Amino acid sequence: MSASSAFNEEKGGSSSVGEPEYGHDPASGGIFSSDYKRHDDLKEMLDSNKDSLKLEAMKRIVAMIARGKNASDLFPAVVKNVACKNIEVKKLVYVYLVRYAEEQQDLALLSISTFQRGLKDPNQLIRASALRVLSSIRVTIIVPIMMLAIKEAASDMSPYVRKTAAHAIPKLYSLDPEQKDQLIEVIEKLLADKTTLVAGSVVMAFEEVCPERIDLIHKNYRKLCNLLIDVEEWGQVVIINMLTRYARTQFLNPNMNESLLEEGSDKTFYGSDEDEDEEEEEKEKKAEAPMAKRKPYVMDPDHRLLLRNTKPLLQSRNAAVVMAVAQLYFHLAPKVEVGVIAKALVRLLRSHSEVQYVVLQNVATMSIKRRGMFEPYLKSFYIRSTDPTQIKVLKLEVLTNLANETNISTILREFQTYIKSMDKDFVAATIQAIGRCATNIGEVRDTCLNGLVQLLSNRDELVVAESVVVIKKLLQMQPEKHSDIIKHMAKLTDNIQVPMARASILWLIGEYCEHVPKIAPDVLRKMAKSFTNEEDIVKLQIINLAAKLYLTNSKQTKLLTQYVLNLAKYDQNYDIRDRARFIRQLIVPTEKSGALSKYAKKLFLALKPAPVLESPFKDRDHFQLGSLSHLLNAKAGGYQELPDWPEAAPDPSVRNVEVKDSVPEWTKCSSREKRKEKRVEKPFYSDSEGESGPTESADSESDSASGSEMGSGLEESGSGSESEGSEEGSESEEEEEEDEKDKKKIKKDLKKPVKESESEQSSEEEERKHQRKSDQQKSDSESESDEESDSESSQSESDDSDSEADVKKKKKAAESKPPPKPVKKDTKKEKKEMSLLDLDDFEPAASPQVTPVNSFLSNSLVTDLEGLSLSDAVLSPANISPCSALKSYELLHRIRGEGLSVEYCFSRQPFSPDGNMVAVQMQFTNNATSEAKNLHMEDVKLQSGMRVKEFPEIELLPAGETATAVMGIDFCDSTQAANFQLCTHTRKFFVSIQPPVGELMRPVFLTENEFKKEQGQLMGMNEITEKLTLDAKCRNEHTIVQRVTTAANLSRVPCGSDKECSPPVPPPDRLVHRFAGRTVTSGSLVLATVATKEGGAAQLTVNCEKMVIGTMLVKDVLLALTQ
Amino acid sequence: MIHSLFLINHSGDIFLEKHWKSVISRSVCDYFFEAKEKAAEPENVAPVLQTPHHYLITIYRGKLFFLSVVQTEAPPLFVIEFLHRVADIFQDYFGECSESVIKDNVVTVYELLEEMLDNGFPLATESNVLKEMIRPPTILRSVVNTLTGTWSNVGDTLPTGQLSNIPWRRAGVKYTNNEAYFDVIEEIDAIVDKSGTTVCAEIQGVIEACVRLTGMPDLTLSFMNPRLLDDVSFHPCVRFKRWESERALSFIPPDGNFTLMNYHVSSQNLVALPVYVKQSISFFDSGPCGRLDITVGPKQTMGKTVEALMVTIHMPKAVLSANLTATQGSYTYDLATKVLVWDIGKLNPQKLPNLKGSLSLQAGAPKPEDNPSLNIDLKIQQMAISGLKVSRLEMFGEKYKPFKGVKYLTKAGKFQVRT
Repeated sequence: MSASSAFNEEKGGSSSVGEPEYGHDPASGGIFSSDYKRHDDLKEMLDSNKDSLKLEAMKRIVAMIARGKNASDLFPAVVKNVACKNIEVKKLVYVYLVRYAEEQQDLALLSISTFQRGLKDPNQLIRASALRVLSSIRVTIIVPIMMLAIKEAASDMSPYVRKTAAHAIPKLYSLDPEQKDQLIEVIEKLLADKTTLVAGSVVMAFEEVCPERIDLIHKNYRKLCNLLIDVEEWGQVVIINMLTRYARTQFLNPNMNESLLEEGSDKTFYGSDEDEDEEEEEKEKKAEAPMAKRKPYVMDPDHRLLLRNTKPLLQSRNAAVVMAVAQLYFHLAPKVEVGVIAKALVRLLRSHSEVQYVVLQNVATMSIKRRGMFEPYLKSFYIRSTDPTQIKVLKLEVLTNLANETNISTILREFQTYIKSMDKDFVAATIQAIGRCATNIGEVRDTCLNGLVQLLSNRDELVVAESVVVIKKLLQMQPEKHSDIIKHMAKLTDNIQVPMARASILWLIGEYCEHVPKIAPDVLRKMAKSFTNEEDIVKLQIINLAAKLYLTNSKQTKLLTQYVLNLAKYDQNYDIRDRARFIRQLIVPTEKSGALSKYAKKLFLALKPAPVLESPFKDRDHFQLGSLSHLLNAKAGGYQELPDWPEAAPDPSVRNVEVKDSVPEWTKCSSREKRKEKRVEKPFYSDSEGESGPTESADSESDSASGSEMGSGLEESGSGSESEGSEEGSESEEEEEEDEKDKKKIKKDLKKPVKESESEQSSEEEERKHQRKSDQQKSDSESESDEESDSESSQSESDDSDSEADVKKKKKAAESKPPPKPVKKDTKKEKKEMSLLDLDDFEPAASPQVTPVNSFLSNSLVTDLEGLSLSDAVLSPANISPCSALKSYELLHRIRGEGLSVEYCFSRQPFSPDGNMVAVQMQFTNNATSEAKNLHMEDVKLQSGMRVKEFPEIELLPAGETATAVMGIDFCDSTQAANFQLCTHTRKFFVSIQPPVGELMRPVFLTENEFKKEQGQLMGMNEITEKLTLDAKCRNEHTIVQRVTTAANLSRVPCGSDKECSPPVPPPDRLVHRFAGRTVTSGSLVLATVATKEGGAAQLTVNCEKMVIGTMLVKDVLLALTQ
Repeated sequence: MIHSLFLINHSGDIFLEKHWKSVISRSVCDYFFEAKEKAAEPENVAPVLQTPHHYLITIYRGKLFFLSVVQTEAPPLFVIEFLHRVADIFQDYFGECSESVIKDNVVTVYELLEEMLDNGFPLATESNVLKEMIRPPTILRSVVNTLTGTWSNVGDTLPTGQLSNIPWRRAGVKYTNNEAYFDVIEEIDAIVDKSGTTVCAEIQGVIEACVRLTGMPDLTLSFMNPRLLDDVSFHPCVRFKRWESERALSFIPPDGNFTLMNYHVSSQNLVALPVYVKQSISFFDSGPCGRLDITVGPKQTMGKTVEALMVTIHMPKAVLSANLTATQGSYTYDLATKVLVWDIGKLNPQKLPNLKGSLSLQAGAPKPEDNPSLNIDLKIQQMAISGLKVSRLEMFGEKYKPFKGVKYLTKAGKFQVRT
């Protein structure tokens, strides 16, 4: 009504509108008085020539719009003010215009000329806002005007206007899709823009208008990658998501070699040893065949560029950016590198609950494919009673996905607390989760089942019902063992009312009626009685039960079955009627019933496969993670499918660009500053840079040579083609690259201290060594391979204690690169003398092995000496034989290695290049008739956080000879295997080293008191106790100590003073043996206690804050003591 | 991307709507109301809802729902993060983000929303940039406005930040007192089980900065022990490369208040909990009653006093009332929400605060089978529980000497004691 009145007035001439005909008191316009009176007042204000009145009126109008009130009748009055000088009035008019232009197209046209004028304004802000409003007016007639304006703005001087032009593109497209072709041209032009301001917006436009035109990206790919870090955060999200898709079409799957093995490997990381070995072997066999045919995977340097440039964004404050990078890594990165995203995602879990919700959904999907990634963060997914239910359920999902043999006990303990929660939906979800753990992990199935059976006596019916349903599924796996549980559940039918639960019980009884032959007919009797009052789903199961019982036990149940079927015949539900009819025909033999009834038993009592309880998140990763479609598990409108990897990579040269201007426009002051800073650091690297040549490829080579960066092999191999690509680029490209390289240098610099233990933290000698090394790098024009061999030899002596490093170094500096082998022996001899003579020197340096406890000098000396003698025994490579105390493992069998066999053992020596690494001594034997050359390792595949220090290359191994080498592995205190390729000059072998948990620690010396004190602090969850009966041969002190120390690298804690030293050992019963150690990587204390009692009974206690290690250690020691 | 935004208050009224593309009827919110009805708590409404033609993405902040309508595929976190940014901006402009404040400043809010999104894609989300375009309301300005009515709320030049490579800082900043304050605030997230063992504990830290410095200062903040930090995230102003190489924060700060960095100290480093709680809550089968006895004591406080100590318990539904005595502080029991709050205040290590007494249960109701968990709140001034220390703050690029200050504060985050 009000609108029509406004129109009348408008026709009458706008000049008359101002007359306060209806009264002008705005206060009189109460709720029920018609709107137009008040609007009239507004019109009057808008027509006045005072800006303040206009502003006031516009503010009131905008407030109306905000509240969702209709203000469309004011259009003519408002639109007049579009040219108002006051900028605030103008802006508010724009707001109004954009809101109502669609409804009043004709009038809106009046304003167009103002905007066209605005587009020519010298002020960029006015140009931009004119374009913004013009493009926001959804009036089809002005499409050509908009098109022109966009085209013009796309080549505007001001990047801000260009950005606005990019924003305008999707607006015009949604208004008139026929303009697509022209718009694509504009997009193409803007994509070439070099400002960070435009990049995000134009990619956004690209995604909305022409996401299929992936070819437009080629030329801009590298630029986008390099700009990415400086683009504003929202743009980053869009660009990263787009580049993920791009990379999927252009590059090869970095995991293609592994994808064949995925099924085998993603199941168990911690599987029992034999299992693992077999699997491993199988894997290798499988792998070898395709490997031989397939040419080795080489990562495209552009692919690497993308991964490298997105990684820092994991540190963004914007959760969307972090998620975007995470999904990019998940979809594009080689398996070993994906781990980096876990930490950032876990960080997001602290954010707002909505963010948590989305992140957890994605983590749930990821944790199915890459469980190892999130395992270290298990505790971050523990549930608090204050979490919203949906968060709880998602966390539960993640916990379930992460459950495996090692952590299941902790997880189940956690679940136990959840079951008591007040939130019943959550309890139900927990029960489901327990069921899933039980099906997936065989060892705990009985425990879980028992726990669930206990829940059957819970007071809450929902809990009981849920348990019944889950138990049903579990019982299906091994029904024979659990007839008592079925009986118990049969009793429950009297009380449980939840239909699903009743139905489940009935199904169970029917299915396994032969296990409960007495009870089943009775249950049927009861059910027949209550049949009419049951829910449909229960009725169906009653019929089912009746049919099954009739077939197995017709004597007792014939009449009952008839009765039930008769009842069902007249049921209201047609499903039930149908079922009854069908079953009657099938089981009750009549003359009419055909051949089918003969097979009735087979039909009903066929062996049914046990259900597989699967995560609802399984296979959700075919959606791009982080997308709306993934979250909803349904394709949302406008979702772009994530393409599959191509079989063969398309031509990479399409991404090469000719760039003319030498200094890119977009180079920001901040990055220029960065560059300045880097310049300062340059001299330090300049030499090595000179060595490595101007291209990035060489750089990456030196990178991989110097360190054990994960996936360095890939990078190295990728380098060749990179150099080709980059050389074609012009100066600016090179500058970029240099920049890039600098960044990398810094990274490398950063990495060094950690990776090579040349950090400030380590002993002084090491620092000196480092210095000398870098001096060498500077002064000598030593070739790279030389340098490599340098570091190699230092590795080879890894079994030496640190103190010798110095001497050794000097010696080596004097020597002029002799063949590696003799050096080793030389220094070894030297070293022995040194260490024996110079105990003082030895003491401080051996710090990782011996805790400096000065007050117990005598004791520590004893252990020192012990350590020494032990090390002597092991140091000489010839001593490694199966009979030595150290267990050796086979790495490569003679047959599989075509004559080359490799064994390894954990030498238990501190690995001198890096105290956090476990030293692995390898013995190569060449059983073949020909010599093996260039034995070295390659392509190390590790779990996140793990590191490897490779053994020096063995240049020649003549037939029949044996050689040894030492490598260091930082297992990060986990028993995950380190996989790598062992290469000879002809062949490559996939091998893996998996440490027994006992090798992940090094002994420390503690006194009994200290031990007890530390033990007191590691109680509760950190303590694991097991009772055991000692093996008959293992009842004296000596054997116990020996067996424990063989199983784990721990040192004995001298208990009491007399017991330890006095020769007449007291009877071994009632003795307490204590052992102490620290984990190699994190230095967590590991305390083990074996308390023996009479008759071989004993109790083993392990205290360790790393519960996984503790649990596994208990297992291992238990095994050692009982066998 | 983002099509429309509806602001909905606690009772389900839509009090503001804004459309960036064509208008979408507010009836689309009915799907949300439906979901809200089903959920017991507002937090339990799923943040992403699917309707036949639209997707609704909602956040819940300050008792308000920010409901955005999305029509096509868009990263949900993108939308959620943006909505939170909107709420942050409101907070920044008006001091709080509540219905009344938004209603009072509806025009400014509308202008802000207009600037923040263009066609559903974020345009300007930095508060420094927005403040140059749309001036925040101040008392002075509102007085001037009412007197003369000429003062404009809107700037007429393009904010320098929008174009420069440091969009977070406005140009031409001038102060007579130049000062830079940093608050290192750490929150302890922990779960302690019945027996007092720590199930998990980690520290979440944030460095909030308040920088009022003239010109274009370039600051470097370094730590004594940056190795403590397990995982970090930064304000965009922080140069990541410098952090990677030197573990120092180098940045040109935004003007005013901002969050410089968030960090995380994981459970790998053992977290020392500042307090311990001895509790026993039991319900008896016989008679409608239960017993409650809670004592809080200091554990590892490094000589600092624990302040603002508070214990919150969400009681089972069956608990009707509580008859307790507190040796220190006061307690309240909200009958409607079944929340027991014991406000202790300062923790006196000599005389440990204790709360003891009986709980009465609804007659006839079965005894609750599980005990409620306790949520602890506390504050410790002048201490960062992780031991993180700022070693120094240097300023480059400007001549004057700024006044610098660092404050430490430890708070309880999600600190829960299971019983």
